[in-house]
Amino acid sequence: MTRRTRRKVTNGVFLALSLIATMAGLACLAAILWTLLSNGIAGMSWHLFTQMTPPPGGQGGLLNALYGSAVMTLLGILIGSPIGLLAGTYLAEYGRDSRLSIAIRFINDVLLSAPSIIIGLFVYEIVVVRMGHFSAIAGALALAVLAIPVTLRTTEDMLNLVPLGMKDSSAALGAYPWRTTLSVLYPAARSGIVTGLLLAVARISGETAPLLFTALNNQFWSTDLNAPMANLPVVIFQFALSPYKDWQDLAWAGALIITVTILILSISARVLLALLQAERRS
Amino acid sequence: MAIIDPGHAAKQLIYERVFRSATLAAAILVLLILGGVFVSLLRGSWPALSHFGFSFVTREIWNPVTDEYGALAPIYGTVVTSVIAMLIAVPAGFGIALFLTELCPPLLKRPIGVAVELLAAVPSIIFGIWGLFVLAPLLQRHVQPWLIEHVGHLPLVGPLFKGPPFGIGILTAGMVLAIMVLPFIAATMRDVFDTVPPMLKESGYGLGATTWEVMWNVVVPHSRVGIVGGIMLGLGRALGETMAVTFVIGNAHRISSSILAPGTTISSAIANEFTEAVGDLYTSSLIALGLLLFLITFTVIAAAQAMLRRLERRGFAVA
Repeated sequence: MTRRTRRKVTNGVFLALSLIATMAGLACLAAILWTLLSNGIAGMSWHLFTQMTPPPGGQGGLLNALYGSAVMTLLGILIGSPIGLLAGTYLAEYGRDSRLSIAIRFINDVLLSAPSIIIGLFVYEIVVVRMGHFSAIAGALALAVLAIPVTLRTTEDMLNLVPLGMKDSSAALGAYPWRTTLSVLYPAARSGIVTGLLLAVARISGETAPLLFTALNNQFWSTDLNAPMANLPVVIFQFALSPYKDWQDLAWAGALIITVTILILSISARVLLALLQAERRS
Repeated sequence: MAIIDPGHAAKQLIYERVFRSATLAAAILVLLILGGVFVSLLRGSWPALSHFGFSFVTREIWNPVTDEYGALAPIYGTVVTSVIAMLIAVPAGFGIALFLTELCPPLLKRPIGVAVELLAAVPSIIFGIWGLFVLAPLLQRHVQPWLIEHVGHLPLVGPLFKGPPFGIGILTAGMVLAIMVLPFIAATMRDVFDTVPPMLKESGYGLGATTWEVMWNVVVPHSRVGIVGGIMLGLGRALGETMAVTFVIGNAHRISSSILAPGTTISSAIANEFTEAVGDLYTSSLIALGLLLFLITFTVIAAAQAMLRRLERRGFAVA
């Protein structure tokens, strides 16, 4: 083989391998979605949204789990995102390149990829142990801790995208930075901040590990924030690993619901971001 | 005529101070959370650490009946599953990034990029039940018997593929982890490759280099730091991943020479046993496992961030 053909063959082999890797990655996504659809559709019915999680062998739905997940996700966002928003504002508007800001930015990025089970243990130690029992509020706090880094990151990035001229104009009118931030920067960065919220909701609504020993689970309907509360991820975890067919079917249905919700949230966030970028360009 | 109202200015200044302090407090809270995680884990694990001392990380025993705990088996499982995951995901992620930056028709670039990123959005519990009900039976029926028969006799690597095909186990967990971290590695590498100045690549092509030669001799050396950063970021995820592993690892507290055997990892041991743990020493040992995981992942992720940050100064946004 001449040197030239050898180089061409090497090139062809590696490019083919790269194509195969891409196909394999896409195939994994397709296989997971297909499994979810084929197993989950069978379990789809109105009972899911009207009945409680059943005992083994019984008929039932996922109402309490859906409710619990919604409540804890909402509370997690309500607690976590204002903190992330304010902290992101500090980094973008006040701290900038101070040593403190650099440290916070670094720690935030570490928190962003830290294992969520560690956050669960943390909240267990500071809330569950103190209160003496598992509770929905502990679960919501764990989710809030996970939501903070996501909102902080997007808020800072989005505020940095606001044209400097807008900030200067506001300052020239005599407005203090707080006024500029509230009346000029936040409205200008609105869709970006909403994207951050969507991403945060997508991030925390599928989290299982941090809820295992904070909110635990509850087989019954409960609206008491001070008591264990059912939630979709932990129900899926328990039901999928059980030997009972009915429970496994419910787990698949729940898995489908959760995945579709999260994919819709992620796609909307992306669409919003694309619209935002198109707007900037024009 | 505008009159400057001193009361108004004073009020504005107060608002400004309040707002500024609120943002500063929120920012400092982020630091406090990380500090709080460390302190609370240290406190929670103190009974176990003071009771077992350093032998906690060197002993394999894990016996709730005699109340003796050692972390060696979970540490081993965590490391081995992550290594398997990286062995699969790094070349695959590199391939995807190569495809997206050099080969992909522009029309498909966005859809495929988004699809890869959506894979990252799928919650880990979904990977878990998919791994348990789809991947594990598939491996058990088709892949593992073949491995046992053909690779199991070979010298050196043979012992890794011995024993019955369980389906679930270290290998399956590593493969599920590989699929989970693949999008992170691929997306980071793609972003890093995009920062390579087109001029450099064009020079390579101008000299008559093939696509692969430009990739390997121009793009890769130029983006070395970013590639390693992306790999470490993926490694950090793999080490700490919990639910997906918990489903398929088999939860056996022992170290087997075969990667087809069930095992345990730090995170899956905590997830499986924490709510059932009775006795202070048991709970404390599990929290000590959490502390170990925290220290390991913190080191890996911090190193990854530090590397990617060096790139960021060259105009690259960390994913």
